[in-house]
Amino acid sequence: MSKKNPEYDFKWCPGCGDFGVRRAIEYAMIDRLEETGLPIENNVVVAGIGCSGNLVHLIEGGQPYGFHGIHGRSLPIAFGTKMARPDLNVMVVAGDGDFLSIGGEHIGPQAARNLNICAVIMDNGVYGLTKGQSSPTTPLGEITSSTPFGKIESGINPLELYLTLGVSFIASGFSAQPRPLANLITQGMEHSGFSIVHVQSPCTTYNDTFDQLKGNVKKGIEPALWSVPEDHDASDKSAAYGLLQQGGVPVGVVYSDETRLSLDQQVEQMWEKNSSRPLEELLDTFKF
Amino acid sequence: MQMRDFVVRFAGEGGQGVVTSAEGLAQTSTQAGYHALTFATFPSQILGGPTWTQARISVNEVLSPGDDVDVLVAFNQEAYDTHHEDVRPEGVVIFNSNEFQLEGDSRGFGLPVEDLAKATGNNRAANMVIIGALAHLVHMPQEFLEEFVTQRFTRGRAGDDQIISSNIAALTSGREHIAASGLSLGDLAPPTRPDWQQVMLKGNEAVSLGSLAAGLEIYAGYPISPATTILLFMERNLVGPGKFAYQVSSEIESITTLLGAGFAGKKAMTATAGPGFSLMSEGLGLGWIAEIPLVVVNVQRGGPATGLPTKTEQSDLMACMYPAHGDVKMPIIAVGTVEECFFGAIKAIEWAERYQGPVVLMTEMSLAERVQNIPRPDLSKVKIDGRKIYTGNNGYRRYAGDELSPMPVPGNPGAYMANGSEHDDFGDTTHLPARHVQMTERRFSKIKLLEEDDYERDRAEESIAFMPWGGSKGPALEAYNQLKEHGVPVGWYYTMFLNPLPPRLLEELKQKELVIVPELNYQGQFASILRSHGVKAEAITQYTGLPFKVRDLVERVTEMTDSSQKETVKA
Repeated sequence: MSKKNPEYDFKWCPGCGDFGVRRAIEYAMIDRLEETGLPIENNVVVAGIGCSGNLVHLIEGGQPYGFHGIHGRSLPIAFGTKMARPDLNVMVVAGDGDFLSIGGEHIGPQAARNLNICAVIMDNGVYGLTKGQSSPTTPLGEITSSTPFGKIESGINPLELYLTLGVSFIASGFSAQPRPLANLITQGMEHSGFSIVHVQSPCTTYNDTFDQLKGNVKKGIEPALWSVPEDHDASDKSAAYGLLQQGGVPVGVVYSDETRLSLDQQVEQMWEKNSSRPLEELLDTFKF
Repeated sequence: MQMRDFVVRFAGEGGQGVVTSAEGLAQTSTQAGYHALTFATFPSQILGGPTWTQARISVNEVLSPGDDVDVLVAFNQEAYDTHHEDVRPEGVVIFNSNEFQLEGDSRGFGLPVEDLAKATGNNRAANMVIIGALAHLVHMPQEFLEEFVTQRFTRGRAGDDQIISSNIAALTSGREHIAASGLSLGDLAPPTRPDWQQVMLKGNEAVSLGSLAAGLEIYAGYPISPATTILLFMERNLVGPGKFAYQVSSEIESITTLLGAGFAGKKAMTATAGPGFSLMSEGLGLGWIAEIPLVVVNVQRGGPATGLPTKTEQSDLMACMYPAHGDVKMPIIAVGTVEECFFGAIKAIEWAERYQGPVVLMTEMSLAERVQNIPRPDLSKVKIDGRKIYTGNNGYRRYAGDELSPMPVPGNPGAYMANGSEHDDFGDTTHLPARHVQMTERRFSKIKLLEEDDYERDRAEESIAFMPWGGSKGPALEAYNQLKEHGVPVGWYYTMFLNPLPPRLLEELKQKELVIVPELNYQGQFASILRSHGVKAEAITQYTGLPFKVRDLVERVTEMTDSSQKETVKA
């Protein structure tokens, strides 16, 4: 609501990767509207706390429902909304700190449940909003405001973590490519089950990794990003692990398991076989 | 003289049938038309460990577990050693002589429980041997017992007849065995069967049924004593399209799940106890600021951290009323009887929908696991004021104004931002001073929508009032009835609405010279809240993990009224 609403004064820094992610999400929602005819308010975007979470306020055009809650809890809020209303398209937008550090405990259970939502994670390897502390994806040895002598904790590989936890759709994207990123998000939304689109979205103020990601010939920097080969079999978990052992950052669909039922589908099947007793009948079981 | 009630304590090792015997006696007696209440305390372990359950059977409604034990049923030596001092001198100790021998206690009577059960051909009828013996001690007619057994085991199965006859044989054998000893407690007055229908419920069952009656749709919970049985009930009974009950991975997940579901337009609830409630703090604050309806049931146990998981206490009131950082004050309903568990749950859900925010329903261990007969709730009288729903177009200012506004439902026009940051009319983040003032006042103004008129009072003309809250209501009411009989000048007040307090009640309390509040905590939490409202309140505290004894309350209130009167005379 940024353009309509002068009171909302949060701004991303110039060049922030999150601008591109916002654009990609807008594309994906418009594509969905055109594809399904369902109005934009059929979308619910649950945001984490941090620079990335503010995305939910900055969406331009038709407005989805938004829930900007508390730090680390976007996933279980989305769980409540989706299981209350399986007909809604529920998305999560969060950063690496929100999703992988304080909120890390929620990924495993939702993966096991195969909750049918799409989480778009903006990874900048740093806590931006609190000014430059190390995050779970900050590499070992990196000097940040909270690691003045270098980080002594290993940086994690989120894609490997998702794969190990059993997330059923995993894609990796780059914020500077909004259109291809939108396609990944659309695939994630269409996937029946828990999908994560993990996006490299650099922080131009505290951790500008654009050169490292895209490469810079003048500076002699090789690009870390590389496209997932077309012949990669995303349904093959071993192949997905193999892909992630190759170093750098693959861009594309890493893993996709379309064979599992989503949680809401399982519930629907359960309700076909079981029903509640009317309350009076239930009370009868306590009478004497 | 006829007995009006009698109290039996069953004590032994977990798994010896302590609870089933007590509940069996309660069921048998209620079947016959008596009133019954059981009070249980469990060891914090799965198998074994010392455990006891008390059943009180009465001609009148039972208000408390009973101070004095008429009969102790001791399943082992340790149980006898622990509990025999609570048995009144003219009482009876029935000990399981298949387990141990008791000498030197003239009240003792050995019942070879297993041997007698075995003789009926049904080893599982041991409880009936005991119930038969107990019934004889108070001369409860055998046909009451037989009626109960016949009804309980008529299940349309091939072996029913054999099970019924062996259980009746067990009853008879227990009865004949003790009859030969000549032991007797007197005649229990005949029951008056109420002409209304009754149900026999535990507090947690009543909370669960009440919430279903209120139209609960989503339940998320995490196992924790003594709230777990509500989760299990919901997983079994909150079933069907549009409904969802789930065991999530923590209480943080429970509360945030409710936030997501309440936001999506559903009636949502969780139940937990102290440790889980503490984990919900931040989520409750989010519900308050983002204005999301949801209900958290806190089945209180004792102590901080893990504390006393299987004991009872009323020590979470401050935590429930002020659970979160920032200016937050939760609406609180605290129930005091099994019947109130049912209607309190309905009210909690209605409140959450009415004011669009979180509501805390407080109950406690002594209610959760208590079995009590109550009038069957009349579901046709359950009326719920639903949530005010927004039905307009897009561009809605959901948080505009100083008071409650209709809430949009996702999927429909009216998209907005539910925001845990301070926000403007649309729900977008803002930190402008005027906005924080407006939104803070808006949130507190909504509490007024929950002000109720109803409360209990008796002898309102007295300048000293006795006012319990929550589960101390039962023993307090029984104590009050005795105080009244003794002519102690004290009045009675009670409400389950602790925040907001019914305004007329608060006005009355402010006029009192003294309001005496019995509560199971060290700090006198409710008394302190009353004092913050300008009421001259003093607490009677107890923090043993057990409920109040009626005798202790009578004594303390008498002392306090005496000294208060002396002061008045001096002045």
